[in-house]
Amino acid sequence: MAAVMPAPAQSRLLMSGNEAVARAVWESGVKVAAAYPGTPATEMLEVISTYPDLYSEWSVNEKTSLEVAFGAAMAGSRAFCAMKHVGLNVASDALMTLTLTGVAGGLVIAVADDVGLSSSQNEQDSRFWGRFAHVPVLEPADSQEAYEYTKLAYALSERFQTVVILRMTTRICHVKALVTVGERVAHVGAGFQKDPARWVMVPGAAQKRIPLMFQREAELRAEAEVSALNFVEAGSDRRVGFVTSGPAYMHVKEAFPEAPVLKLGLSYPAPFEKIRAFAATVDNCVVVEEVEPLLETELKAQGIRLAGKDLLPRSGELSPPVLKPAVGRLLGEAVAEPEQKPARAVAPLPVFPRPPTMCVACPHLGVYYTLSQLRNITISGDIGCYTLGFGHPWNALDACISMGASMGMALGLDKGRGESDKDKKIVAVIGDSTFLHMGMQGLLDIVYNKGNVTVLLLDNRAVGMTGGQDNPGNGRDIHGEEAPRVDFAKLVKALGVKDERVHVVNPYELPTLFKTLRDETKIPEPSVIITNQPCVLIQDYHKLKPFTVIDDKCTGCGNCLDTGCPAIHVTKRDSVVKPSGKTVDLAFVRIESSVCTGCGLCVQPCAPDAIVHADKVIQIKALQRH
Amino acid sequence: MSDNITNILVVGVGGQGVMTATEILAEAAIALGHDVKKTEVAGMAQRGGVVSSHLRFGPKVLSPQIAPGSADILLAFEAAEGMRWRHMMRPDALALINTGNLAPPVVELGLFEYPADPVGEMRKSGARVFAFDASAIANGLGDIRLGNTVMLGAIADHLPFSAEALERCVLQRFARKGEKVIEMNRQAFAAGRAAAAEAQRTQDVREAVSA
Repeated sequence: MAAVMPAPAQSRLLMSGNEAVARAVWESGVKVAAAYPGTPATEMLEVISTYPDLYSEWSVNEKTSLEVAFGAAMAGSRAFCAMKHVGLNVASDALMTLTLTGVAGGLVIAVADDVGLSSSQNEQDSRFWGRFAHVPVLEPADSQEAYEYTKLAYALSERFQTVVILRMTTRICHVKALVTVGERVAHVGAGFQKDPARWVMVPGAAQKRIPLMFQREAELRAEAEVSALNFVEAGSDRRVGFVTSGPAYMHVKEAFPEAPVLKLGLSYPAPFEKIRAFAATVDNCVVVEEVEPLLETELKAQGIRLAGKDLLPRSGELSPPVLKPAVGRLLGEAVAEPEQKPARAVAPLPVFPRPPTMCVACPHLGVYYTLSQLRNITISGDIGCYTLGFGHPWNALDACISMGASMGMALGLDKGRGESDKDKKIVAVIGDSTFLHMGMQGLLDIVYNKGNVTVLLLDNRAVGMTGGQDNPGNGRDIHGEEAPRVDFAKLVKALGVKDERVHVVNPYELPTLFKTLRDETKIPEPSVIITNQPCVLIQDYHKLKPFTVIDDKCTGCGNCLDTGCPAIHVTKRDSVVKPSGKTVDLAFVRIESSVCTGCGLCVQPCAPDAIVHADKVIQIKALQRH
Repeated sequence: MSDNITNILVVGVGGQGVMTATEILAEAAIALGHDVKKTEVAGMAQRGGVVSSHLRFGPKVLSPQIAPGSADILLAFEAAEGMRWRHMMRPDALALINTGNLAPPVVELGLFEYPADPVGEMRKSGARVFAFDASAIANGLGDIRLGNTVMLGAIADHLPFSAEALERCVLQRFARKGEKVIEMNRQAFAAGRAAAAEAQRTQDVREAVSA
């Protein structure tokens, strides 16, 4: 992919927080940027990869991305890595030691918290990592601040020789707002300076760094007291003053335009004296933070009288309609529910749910269809599009917690069998990128400890769920350029899976898939079934001729609906009473030919052979007319 | 429009171009000197799930999200999605709705029912609704993907700036795609504008009769 010329300085651009951070990273003269894709952080590296003059990569996981960035910072260059909140859990092992070594060149970790759970397995507050690792946390409130704070983070990082956490949330990452951009400033790294006492963290060396870390933290707290990032906006209505940070600041300003506000941009270490002085100027002080009562607890421990999560929700996004009644109650006001502005609220109208689905012709459809046809099976799942297999019509996923955990959980399910599941077949399902991210170790553990687990490695040659990013499984790098491609069959064999227990199967060939899966789950040793068809949203996928349903032939059996393909629609429902007296529901279908890609999955379970290529039908009809 | 801020909520199903349409509306607002914020829940959106995109513009925008009960206009790319987001509208706000239905797999499987009359439900709740089949219009013009330009045409006469200003931003998007694509979008925009005007006329007659 050719690098695009960045917009000139002083341009006013509509940018998401992620785009604004990317621009600031480029302007800051960063040399190395790395990430593993994860919503809502993904676009930071996607955009950075389009800027010239810096190295960018998709790493195999967040820990690796931080290690790569740290290496560059050790060499004196400016470095950047980005991750979603759960990614920092993965990277935390590296983080907890870099807090001791510190950095030479500036190192910023942008962490995107999924406040409100738009697409994550948990909601966690990454500001805790600042306390845990004793490193500063900057919290922008919108795109312009995301841009400015990123640049300030590099200055802070180099001044205090520490990694800096830039704490983002969904409503910064994915809000587009106007940003005035600046110019790129070259930053020349000094190169790596050997200093084993600093860079080699064996116990003796690490022990000497701990006091330095606490000294740095104290200096940063003093900095927070005077930093322009922590400022007071005076207000005329002093009944309530707010201490706030991040997007919560915007909600406070909109809900209470007349109230005094202390906004914390450098929120950790918190400026206790500044906050104490502010609290003394208002009748009531309220801490408004997403999501945990983190600052609130610290401030209460300082003896500062204030309110917080006793008024406000403990999870999810804050907003003016949430804040107004809560603060109204504090003031003893009669609170109109919800807020006063609309003359009368409209109750939500009842509508069916519309959960996310797998795409038309997705290669995972065949896998989950097959899994749903097997009996006496426990399925341990993982993070990715194929997690959707838990939903209708497949209902074929029994567990899922974190990236790469499917195989470890499967081994545990195997070793921990009870009487009721002693004959259960244990299957672990994992995607290609997820396997490379954290899965390999789990498979090694299964092999090493002789687990009775069948692993389905769904290689669709993309990080599908985040938008089809490249990875070592598809032979392309972040710029779409050719890169070495891992051979999954060889890889799993290298981890110790026997040659004859490794199968590569086309997931659109249902009978083969079914037979392989049935056979391998019977054999009490580790096996790996690799599926080999690309994600339908990436360039490797090639459409075939679309299918259609011959109405006269469709018997309404509904077997095709069990594949879960969203291109199949019901035209008519009916029910018949069989000679046995049993009532059978019928669903007659049509295929939306304009979106069908001709994968042929639905053709295979169709009992009456009613599904045929669309152009054939057109030909037949044309012949009949003449 | 409250507090000099215009709140537009654009909703639909992942893959319909909801976010692109909102981005074009945002560009038009910026071109006319407004401060703008735009946000949506993306993530799994392209997998056929619910998509909602918030656009707020005015002299200065703080919170990025439209509060429930304060959307000035609801632009719904799918009828049932219009219903789903009804509570976000001011009670008597305007909804522009594509009646082209998209039933999700849970409906196809018979687990849930698609509402029989989404537009009627919204009208019953007091909403002013202009409804028309934007999908059919787009298909008629030769490409279902023109649907979002049809919807932008529909909203064009209900904004605090001119329809021409929005049309310029729409066509700008396709500037590099050749004259044929530009012309198709020009037609789609005009068709959407005409469809909304016709829907308004029908609705006005309906209101006059019921009054």
